[in-house]
Amino acid sequence: METQDSRNPVVSVQGEAGVGALDEERRKLHQQPLWRVRIQLALKALYANWKLFAENKIGLLGLAIIIFFALFALAHPIMMTYVWETSVYHPIRGFDGMVAPHPSPPSERHWLGTDPMGRDILSQLMYSTRAAFILGAVAALVTVFFGTTIGAISAYFGGWVDTIFMRFADIIITLPTIVLLIVLSALFDMNLFSLAIVLGIVFGFGATTIVLKSQALTITVRTYVDAARVAGGSRWHIIFRHIVPNLLPLSFLYMMFTVTDAIFTESVLSFFGLIDVGMSWGLMINTASVTGYLLNFETWWLMFPTGLSITLLCAAFYLVGRALDEVINPRLRKR
Amino acid sequence: MLSYIIKRVFQIAITFFLFLCLSYLLMEAMPGDFGQVFLDDPSLTAEQREALRAGLGLDRPPHERFLIYLGNLATGDMGISFTYYPQPVSDILLERAPRTIMLFLTATIVSFYVGFFAGKILAWRRGGATEYVTTVGGVMMYTVFTPWFALLMMWLFASNQGFDLLPLGKFIRPELWRDAPVTTNEVFNPMLLTMIIVSAGLFALIVGTRRLAIQQRNFIRLGGVTVLLAGAAVYWLTSGIGFYALDIAYHLILPIMTLTLINFAGTMLLTRNSMLETLREDYIATARAKGLPDNVIRDKHAARNALLPVVTSFVFSLAFAFSGGIITENVFSWPGMGAAFLEAAQTQDVPLVMGTLVIIGLLAMLAHLAADILYAFLDPRIRYA
Repeated sequence: METQDSRNPVVSVQGEAGVGALDEERRKLHQQPLWRVRIQLALKALYANWKLFAENKIGLLGLAIIIFFALFALAHPIMMTYVWETSVYHPIRGFDGMVAPHPSPPSERHWLGTDPMGRDILSQLMYSTRAAFILGAVAALVTVFFGTTIGAISAYFGGWVDTIFMRFADIIITLPTIVLLIVLSALFDMNLFSLAIVLGIVFGFGATTIVLKSQALTITVRTYVDAARVAGGSRWHIIFRHIVPNLLPLSFLYMMFTVTDAIFTESVLSFFGLIDVGMSWGLMINTASVTGYLLNFETWWLMFPTGLSITLLCAAFYLVGRALDEVINPRLRKR
Repeated sequence: MLSYIIKRVFQIAITFFLFLCLSYLLMEAMPGDFGQVFLDDPSLTAEQREALRAGLGLDRPPHERFLIYLGNLATGDMGISFTYYPQPVSDILLERAPRTIMLFLTATIVSFYVGFFAGKILAWRRGGATEYVTTVGGVMMYTVFTPWFALLMMWLFASNQGFDLLPLGKFIRPELWRDAPVTTNEVFNPMLLTMIIVSAGLFALIVGTRRLAIQQRNFIRLGGVTVLLAGAAVYWLTSGIGFYALDIAYHLILPIMTLTLINFAGTMLLTRNSMLETLREDYIATARAKGLPDNVIRDKHAARNALLPVVTSFVFSLAFAFSGGIITENVFSWPGMGAAFLEAAQTQDVPLVMGTLVIIGLLAMLAHLAADILYAFLDPRIRYA
């Protein structure tokens, strides 16, 4: 009884109280629309995976750091509206005329001090957190979109389609990302959004595609793909309804690693002053550098909180990625 | 095996050609061309500008210029740098390569050794506080914002607020070298050569004496190490430039320490994952059942087989050392290839950027090839048709 399709129960024994109650439950289930059943199933799977994930304290630590930074970023507009005066605390245009000289050390007025241009460091830090999240999210989504689609397509079709994409991926992974992006950002004008797209494309056509394709290869030989083909499913139906959904867990994992790479790369590029951003963590260190404070260790508040934030957020996404890896890849689990 | 290597060489040659095409296309896609750089200069007439364009070959179509570039590249001519005019690009790269190789070869070897060792032990002691601390610490080091970490190291070891022991940057002390009878590269090249000979000697010694009895082995190894180190010391003491070499070595300490700390974490985590997969194999259970001691199982049965991905990663990092150096070289003002590349990109010195890209691409391709061949040798389970 338990293994049968719960939406079409075979009504058998009547009269016993327990079975009657079961039938009642099944009828309720039957009356529910399909999407609600699907959501329930998804929630159930999510709960099971969450328990696996929560076993690993390292992943929880990463998640805690991410949530902390998310709240940190969300607090910025609130602080700007209700607490801080815009002309003083604006991360880009602000200037505090009441304090001199700049950069000034941490005080009650400026918890993390001011930068050489008289702007509040804490406000810049919070504002840049949002930029980092947006950049990471866009880059990760673009990467996963390209990586998953191309991986599935080249695994399913094989032949020359596969050859073209894989040779292209070879060329991309030949060059370290940072070299390619330094060239791109030095020769072309790039802002935060176009950088996120370019990062997504570079990651998505490179290493991520290769990994996802090898995973997709193991899916294309499963019997349910054959069954779908026999049932008359078109190629695109098979790719997008059968292969891609089974690739998504791994794609999600690579999203986490992409976020780390994207935030790191952006910080390095804006540290070198190569991209056109209003304010970002890398640019904050760049400001300290171009005004001659880079090797002045007495003004530690210019670099220390910023560098720590970049490191912590990058590490947090990486930790979550590793913990997810143990959920997805059973070989790494504890025995 | 041979046919496999030939096939790979052929494939890599094609990939390299495509890489050249794409790089050139990228340079071509840059908005504007070099003829427009002097547009603001009113003393330059239209005819002079045309003459400049013709002199640089910019009046020809792109595909023709690409063919000319390829032809020149084949003869080793990479053009003339704009910012270092009139030095040719190949001279600049040749001058800077030894400095970068010296720094990164040392750092990569040290960090892989330390990382493999740490990862091996980490995988063996699963669970408990050790695992959490080392994993979180390792991930932090792996994802640390490199310029910031380099600055922290400087603050700690080179500033007057920490231990003021080491130099803050640069690779020589200029006042010492002002009257020096040699150029820096005349010291760098023998240093590099010494290092390569000593490390190759050590490696050969360890591999060669692997099968000997333990008494004999220790004797030969100790003797060999003494001979190698003594030989190097005697050479440098008698060469007369040992003092200058010492100055360079002194400036090397901090960058190498920083790079090692950053890089070893990646190797450690990789080794750990690889070990965890190996430890589930049946032959480990067999080894345990035979009653072998723990450290023998760990070092001889598990670690050897977990070495494979680590070796691949090692070969790749050797190739990537040039680019990984961009950040570190910039922060430590180390005048190597990475610094040259960044400077060229920032000043839009197209020939130098292109030249550096070609070298980095070539090295990476060779590393791919080397990794494939090493893989085939190390893992007999991989059979190539």
